[in-house]
Amino acid sequence: MTTTHQSKEPAVTPELAAEYGLSLEEYQRMLDITQRTPSFTELGIFSVMWSEHCSYKSSRVWLKKLPTKAPHVICGPGENAGVIDIGDGQAAIFKMESHNHPSFIEPYQGAATGVGGILRDVFTMGARPIANMNALRFGSPDHPKTRHLISGVVAGIGGYGNCVGVPTVGGETNFHPSYNGNILVNAMTVGLADTDKIFYSAAAGVGNPVVYVGSKTGRDGIHGATMASTEFTEDSEEKRPTVQVGDPFTEKLLIEACLELMATDAIVAIQDMGAAGLTSSSVEMADKGGLGIELDLDAVPQRETGMSPYEIMLSESQERMLIVLKPGREDLAKAIFDKWELDFAVIGRVTDTGRLVLKMHGETYCDLEVGPLVDRAPVYERPWEPTPPQADIPASEAPLPGPATEVLHRLIGGPDLASRRWIWEQYDSQVGADTVAASGGDAAVVRVHGTNKALAITTDCTPRYCFADPVRGGAQAVAEAWRNLTAVGATPLAITDNMNFGNPQKPRIMGQFAGCIQGMAEACTTLEFPVVSGNVSLYNETNGEGILPTPAIGGVGILPDASLAASVAFKAAGEAILLIGDTVGHVGQSLYLREIHGREAGSPPPVDLAAERRNGDLVRGLIRDRAVTACHDLSDGGLLVAVAEMAMAGRIGADIDLPAGLDAAGFLFGEDQARYLVTATDADAVIERARVASVPVLRLGTTGGTSLTVGGTDAISVDGLRTAHEAWLPAVMAGGADQPTS
Amino acid sequence: MKANVHVTLKRGVLDPQGKAIGHALQSLGFDGVDDVRQGKFIELELAETDQDAARAAVEAMCQKLLANTVIEDYRIDFVG
Amino acid sequence: MKAAVIVFPGSNCDRDVSVALEHATGHKPAMVWHRDSDLPQVDLIVVPGGFSYGDYLRSGAMAAQSPVMREVVARAKSGTRVLGICNGFQILTEAKLLPGALMRNAGLKFLCRTVDLRVENADSAFTAGYAKDQLIRLPVAHHDGNYFADADTLARIEDNGMVAFRYVTPDGAIDASGNPNGSANAVAGLFNEGRTVLGLMPHPERAAEPLHGNTDGKPLLDGLVEALS
Repeated sequence: MTTTHQSKEPAVTPELAAEYGLSLEEYQRMLDITQRTPSFTELGIFSVMWSEHCSYKSSRVWLKKLPTKAPHVICGPGENAGVIDIGDGQAAIFKMESHNHPSFIEPYQGAATGVGGILRDVFTMGARPIANMNALRFGSPDHPKTRHLISGVVAGIGGYGNCVGVPTVGGETNFHPSYNGNILVNAMTVGLADTDKIFYSAAAGVGNPVVYVGSKTGRDGIHGATMASTEFTEDSEEKRPTVQVGDPFTEKLLIEACLELMATDAIVAIQDMGAAGLTSSSVEMADKGGLGIELDLDAVPQRETGMSPYEIMLSESQERMLIVLKPGREDLAKAIFDKWELDFAVIGRVTDTGRLVLKMHGETYCDLEVGPLVDRAPVYERPWEPTPPQADIPASEAPLPGPATEVLHRLIGGPDLASRRWIWEQYDSQVGADTVAASGGDAAVVRVHGTNKALAITTDCTPRYCFADPVRGGAQAVAEAWRNLTAVGATPLAITDNMNFGNPQKPRIMGQFAGCIQGMAEACTTLEFPVVSGNVSLYNETNGEGILPTPAIGGVGILPDASLAASVAFKAAGEAILLIGDTVGHVGQSLYLREIHGREAGSPPPVDLAAERRNGDLVRGLIRDRAVTACHDLSDGGLLVAVAEMAMAGRIGADIDLPAGLDAAGFLFGEDQARYLVTATDADAVIERARVASVPVLRLGTTGGTSLTVGGTDAISVDGLRTAHEAWLPAVMAGGADQPTS
Repeated sequence: MKANVHVTLKRGVLDPQGKAIGHALQSLGFDGVDDVRQGKFIELELAETDQDAARAAVEAMCQKLLANTVIEDYRIDFVG
Repeated sequence: MKAAVIVFPGSNCDRDVSVALEHATGHKPAMVWHRDSDLPQVDLIVVPGGFSYGDYLRSGAMAAQSPVMREVVARAKSGTRVLGICNGFQILTEAKLLPGALMRNAGLKFLCRTVDLRVENADSAFTAGYAKDQLIRLPVAHHDGNYFADADTLARIEDNGMVAFRYVTPDGAIDASGNPNGSANAVAGLFNEGRTVLGLMPHPERAAEPLHGNTDGKPLLDGLVEALS
């Protein structure tokens, strides 16, 4: 239980520990575990393992409240990614993860390595990645940094995903001034594996070799996990050297080599080196297996000379994996990695001591009991206060300022609703030749290779709802993901969540977190849509200003037959347009209220989960029976925006009636939940099925012509809408001097 | 011996990246930049000590791989 | 028709083109690893899309020097049909099987979209499934697809009918709005002089079955099967 003397390492004191992010209380807790003053390398290990990023110390007590079980869940949170059964002996493996801080500091590499990291989380478990998604939040479009950040992040996501050969099939991008100093880059990967070929990270077999594969270790990204656990200040941008650089070509080789090795029986356990690199991977493997690991750091492939044990253990160099092999399989494994021209080194053994022992140059730099490093990591029940409720805003307070089509034209050509084509055309959305639907619809649809099945994938969150009412906002984010999957005809199966919040030490922020979790948990339970993986990103604050609470939800569902997938585009003239679900005209927190009346105010729309489920189940049934020709969920911007999106996608106009007795602004632009628009050739059949299912349905109008006409007289050309819709983002991006970093 | 290889697009081949950099400099208020050409810079550490032999070797590398002579010119400098 | 698909470590459309070929021919093509120099006797060699060796120097530059490409060049010279798609087109120009070069897109960004094309020359094994002047749509996805050749080379290409496909507007016109990457003479697909080698920036294998939402790439594959069987 000692380390030999390391003359070159600094002496560990409470002051030094504080610099490495450990509070005095945490320092004392560390001493209780070690029963001696730890070495500098050991301090580094405690510091990253107990960082917010690795330990979830502020969020853990709340995350436990989320439902994580269902008959189709094979593996819930706690492994590298969540695993669900999709039938026929196949599993979908997926997770979403943030790379917010690195992307703000160096947008191209930050976003690229974010994609690389989430890909590794998924293929580590034995899955071939088949789709990437993302959820992006930027500051105000006219903020001086925004353009530079968008161009770098988008080029980085594309640069990595396109080269690796995994299609980026969709995502969401929004703007709000609260993200001016803290953008959000949340990347999601979905992979495919056989249920009997799933790999986990628990080390087993005393004496088994511990193998390092992938790229060499350099000094990049040291303390990235700690960086992700603190607030930004003005001088944070000087932290640039800690950002890692990604190499997608090496990642592609690593995917192929790992999958080739996984096809043999050589692997006992495997874990990618993500945040906190070799430290967290070795500690997690040992801890999950209840065993020890001893590493010879001299054997670690190194890119730079003179690296210290501390640097080797904390490096966040990309494209690396740690594997426990069955004894005697080293040569077989090495031949595969040689073929793919990747580094391969046996760097240690599994032991029965329960300790992490690190040796280098004949000295012992670390000798720590693994269990307490994980089990006795600090857990905080941070004080929290609930967000005060906002008043309902009656639609009469926000009358239409002019013709509805003029309002529509402004909304559809504005920051939140304008086309994201400029972004998604930079992503290869079709490599793999299994993409059925990519960006532009409610959910992406990707065929399960070699079958007729397809996975539907979506990412969703409405942060302004979460800010105004975290409980409703949290429920709405989950419900919208469920609705988007339903709107393409899929059965929603499970979600991954990426909880992006401000400083958890502020009770107001912790209240947002607690509220969102409560709402999410209610929605997950009622919709039978459990959480199987997730990630928490806290301290998204700059100079004391927090972001809007943003629990980004990544949802996955299944279609038994890919050819059943519904799309938003109007298909033909003369079809009935039907509105499914109840409309009361809730304008609080709507984009209409914000963009047209300049008020970001009021309560967000209520979420009736029972209605959500009833309406969605009806719509899914209609799609599966081919009773509808197009389907679109109603969300940001409300009814008329959804009609316009369907018209623009199909290049077919529509005539829409205004029902008597409802305020026009509330009817056309309110954001009531649990609603869909469908088109049908046999409207009566749809109406009858809705009646039987006790679901409200309204015959709204008819497709046809080249214009969108509201209430008989107020008309606008679909081409004109398209022009406005497509023009906004290119105009913003053409605005000035910034160039992509690549 | 160390060789520095500069690879640039040939005169007459449109260089949109160079043009974009020029535009960016202008927007940042750097006036008086008439033209920008961008390219690649490659450092080679060579075991060869004879400069003529080294030049011949690097020349061959440029022709075969480092530059695409359909669109690119190259220049070789020896340092040290 | 017997076919082989060359696989570089960074190829990522190798499986897609193999599936499309299997659909067209009824049997799987041979997959040939980049370090192999013994290529089976086949009627068609496909150099697929992707990032061959990472494409860090220039797209396709390192791949063009690989052992397997020396063999591909030899086969091409003896008349075996060679199809390069996307990165494969870049490799074929770097290997000097096709004239010119593919530079960074004029818009400087990676571009993934479905583009309009006009069939310029239907008199080849690759284009026999189309009619001359037929308008088709195929997806592109590339960062370096901006075709360049000097004036003399362009004149030679045009004089010899070496342009297979051109980027056009939806109604078939050649102008800047229909040209997604700034290619000289709107070249999207290019033959060698004997029309036995085709380089193509668009991806026919991504428009080969109804679920792709587009089957305009299928006649290219079916035409090859018919011509080479």
